[in-house]
Amino acid sequence: MAKAIEARNLNIYYGSFLAVEGVTMSIRPKTVTALIGPSGCGKSTYLRSINRMHEVIPGARVEGSLELDGKDLYAPGVDPVGVRRQIGMVFQRPNPFPTMSIYDNVVAGQRLNNKKMRKDATDELVERSLRGANLWNEVKDRLDKPGSGLSGGQQQRLCIARAIAVQPDVLLMDEPCSALDPISTLAIEDLINELKAEYTIVIVTHNMQQAARVSDFTGFFNIEGTGKPGHLIEMDETKTIFSQPKEKATEDYVSGRFG
Amino acid sequence: MTAPTETATTPAPAKPVTQLGDRIFAGSAKGAGILILVVLAGVAAFLVAQAFPAVVASPAELPGERSLAAYIGPLVFGTVLAAVIALIIATPLAIAVALFITHYAPRRIAQGLAYVVDLLAAVPSIVFGLWGAFTLAPAALGLMTWLHTYLGWLPFFAGPVSVTGRTMLVVGVTLAVMILPIITAVSREVFLQTPKLHEEAALALGATRWEMIRMAVLPFGRSGIISGAMLGLGRALGETMAVAIILSASGAVTFNLISSDNPSTIAGNIALQFPDSTGLAVNTLIASGLVLFVITLLVNALARFIVNRRREFSGAN
Amino acid sequence: MTIDTETVQRERLKSRSGAESTSLVRAELPRWAPWAVFAGSLVLVGGLLAITGFSIGLFVVGSVVLYAVVTYALSRVVEGGRKATDRLVTIVVTSAFAVALIPLISVLVTVIGNGIARFDAEFFSSSMRGVVGEGGGAYHAIMGTLIITGLAAVMSIPIGLLTAVYLVEYGGRTRLSKAITFFVDVMTGIPSIVAGLFAFALFALFFGPGVRMGFAGAVALSVLMIPVVVRATEEMLKIVPNELREAAYALGTPKWRTIVKIVIPTSIAGIASGVTLAVARVIGETAPLLIIAGLTTSVNLNPFDGRMATLPVFSYTSYAAPGVPRDPYIDRAWAAALVLIIIVLLLNLVARLIARLFAPKTR
Repeated sequence: MAKAIEARNLNIYYGSFLAVEGVTMSIRPKTVTALIGPSGCGKSTYLRSINRMHEVIPGARVEGSLELDGKDLYAPGVDPVGVRRQIGMVFQRPNPFPTMSIYDNVVAGQRLNNKKMRKDATDELVERSLRGANLWNEVKDRLDKPGSGLSGGQQQRLCIARAIAVQPDVLLMDEPCSALDPISTLAIEDLINELKAEYTIVIVTHNMQQAARVSDFTGFFNIEGTGKPGHLIEMDETKTIFSQPKEKATEDYVSGRFG
Repeated sequence: MTAPTETATTPAPAKPVTQLGDRIFAGSAKGAGILILVVLAGVAAFLVAQAFPAVVASPAELPGERSLAAYIGPLVFGTVLAAVIALIIATPLAIAVALFITHYAPRRIAQGLAYVVDLLAAVPSIVFGLWGAFTLAPAALGLMTWLHTYLGWLPFFAGPVSVTGRTMLVVGVTLAVMILPIITAVSREVFLQTPKLHEEAALALGATRWEMIRMAVLPFGRSGIISGAMLGLGRALGETMAVAIILSASGAVTFNLISSDNPSTIAGNIALQFPDSTGLAVNTLIASGLVLFVITLLVNALARFIVNRRREFSGAN
Repeated sequence: MTIDTETVQRERLKSRSGAESTSLVRAELPRWAPWAVFAGSLVLVGGLLAITGFSIGLFVVGSVVLYAVVTYALSRVVEGGRKATDRLVTIVVTSAFAVALIPLISVLVTVIGNGIARFDAEFFSSSMRGVVGEGGGAYHAIMGTLIITGLAAVMSIPIGLLTAVYLVEYGGRTRLSKAITFFVDVMTGIPSIVAGLFAFALFALFFGPGVRMGFAGAVALSVLMIPVVVRATEEMLKIVPNELREAAYALGTPKWRTIVKIVIPTSIAGIASGVTLAVARVIGETAPLLIIAGLTTSVNLNPFDGRMATLPVFSYTSYAAPGVPRDPYIDRAWAAALVLIIIVLLLNLVARLIARLFAPKTR
């Protein structure tokens, strides 16, 4: 079930380089939180630190605390693999597994972890996940076809289906629409609105209209210059951020007077 | 949402941060890598150990009753000579063939041609050896006589022309045929990687096809050509069977490429002598093998050095 | 750039008649012109040689040289220097290609022509045991080649594969992975005969100086094969997009499962074809086996017990130390060479097929 995320004084390092500094942010369950800000401001790094995906880069580490419903994700002995099963992720570019059919892509999370499932249970999971991703009607007749044969927007929804098939508590989305055309983008945005009934969603986007359309809360990240760490400047309800932000920098950014 | 299985109960405090499977797998991958280092160290150590008796032995005990240096020296000369002839012949041809395949041949044929070249790179050297001895050597007699008649004033063609045709020149040509597919394959690969933008930029400036190749393709591919040539040189230096089969060697040190008096090569000499050798003769042959190893190592290191140095200028990222 | 007179005149005419002063039309040789020149060269050189004495080599070389010179001259006059150079280079490149093709075709023709004589059932079914002169076959050598190459593959493929996995997935830029990369490069350059000497030096330690053994041959071949497998696998693993790895991690998959279930299956086509080509490369190796596996006339299927015949060594010794009469031995040498070529061609074809069949499908 959807869970809350609580970051306190989070510093994220790559080796000795401090990429993000002092983020304190609470994300409520069953909401959509958008992270906006200029390129390189650390919003993606922060997003990836939530399910410890940034550790893919050697030397990455964090200071401070990051809790999922009160459990520290970075406590000693916590397996990042287990964290990722609870916090799913959708990437910038759709990345279905090219060797797998649509069906196999959806159950990839189960199969990769060697979970034995009965055939009817698997079938049901596939249908439920694909319906959850608004893709069922488009692909139900060709589940055995390769996932890479779908259009970009369909592939991205397939990736969302794949992520929710693992039954996570939180869904992280790293610019999920930046490689898609406007119509596919709209389909994904509609989907996000439906998904928040069951999941906590955090989305990084460069598109401020998108942030305004889909999110309940918005966090604005900024960076003073290259080589400096990114900071969370302001976090509030989305309509507040876009209408009367407290910080001058936020106002400049959302009104397009950035720089 | 139904609760997943036990894995959903993470973060469990006592769990190790990396899984057991991960450690086993990473460990065996690392082990395999280390094994390679061990094998290579073994190659060097065993060769040195087996070569050592020949190094310390007195010249009287060695084959031919010469010092080790006097034994190996002419072989090194022959090895380098044969390989250099092969390289001189093969490199320009290989560049032309690669250019033909990538930029001149109709696209539909080019694919097939590339495939044929790849196939030829895999033809066993024994085949080239037999071909050199039975087909090329007799066929080259006419050419060698011609060279002797008209270019006999050059030391290379001083003659007298060997009647069997089993000369250094024929060996060099055979080696050239053998390394041609290798150099071609590497050059073709880099020519194909020339950024389309560079080629189109040249064409948009009004360049002809050749000017485009000279402006965009060749500068980009230079390091690839060099490393391909070095790869071919390495193979020519170490080539055994073709030399053992074709060359009628006398152990002379001469630049005369068409007579019946030819220097042998290290690899060819080992193949011919080893099966019938015992005792110190074996150690001597292994010592010569060690020298060959060092030579090919230097060539490869040189190739890598050139490629790395040029990488910054190649325009590739 | 030289502007030929014809173009200049044409442009003058145009500007006089009121058209734009810069014309896009330039003088060009008609399409049939190069062909005509080529035919002309053939006839001319052929005629000359008919008087002085005909030789196919001189005929071809002479014709091509004449063709190149005349085309260049004509093009220079009509089309200008740049275009002429372009045409000349085209001719040079094309004829260089033809020159390179001649020996390669000749190799194939010779081997097939000479090898077919003994390419019969007996060659594949009998050994050389007790055979003097005609008859006999290479059954023992074929089995030896298959056993030794098979053993070499069994040793090299896991080591090569795991090493490549280490380099791409685990090594990063650590000192160990740099060292491995460097020494794999070094290994690529080991001459095959040196690999044979290594196997000899190693096994002589345990079995005395006269050691000959199929297994030792397999070790020598492994030394040659491992770097090829590592390189091929490494290249293939590197082109698996990182996004796929991240997608698997994000589903809560441990790294090793990601590698085994996602990374390797995605690149399996390339890896398998690379490995097949590596096998093809070592299956024809003669020198190391000549040294360490030796030769026998009878079937020996035990790689740990004494000499073991292999096709390349069989071919070489049949040629180098024939009996009397000589011809049956030479015929067998060629037949063995033909069988080797066919095996190599088949392996290459198999590699292609694997690459195509296992490649990730998009439809």
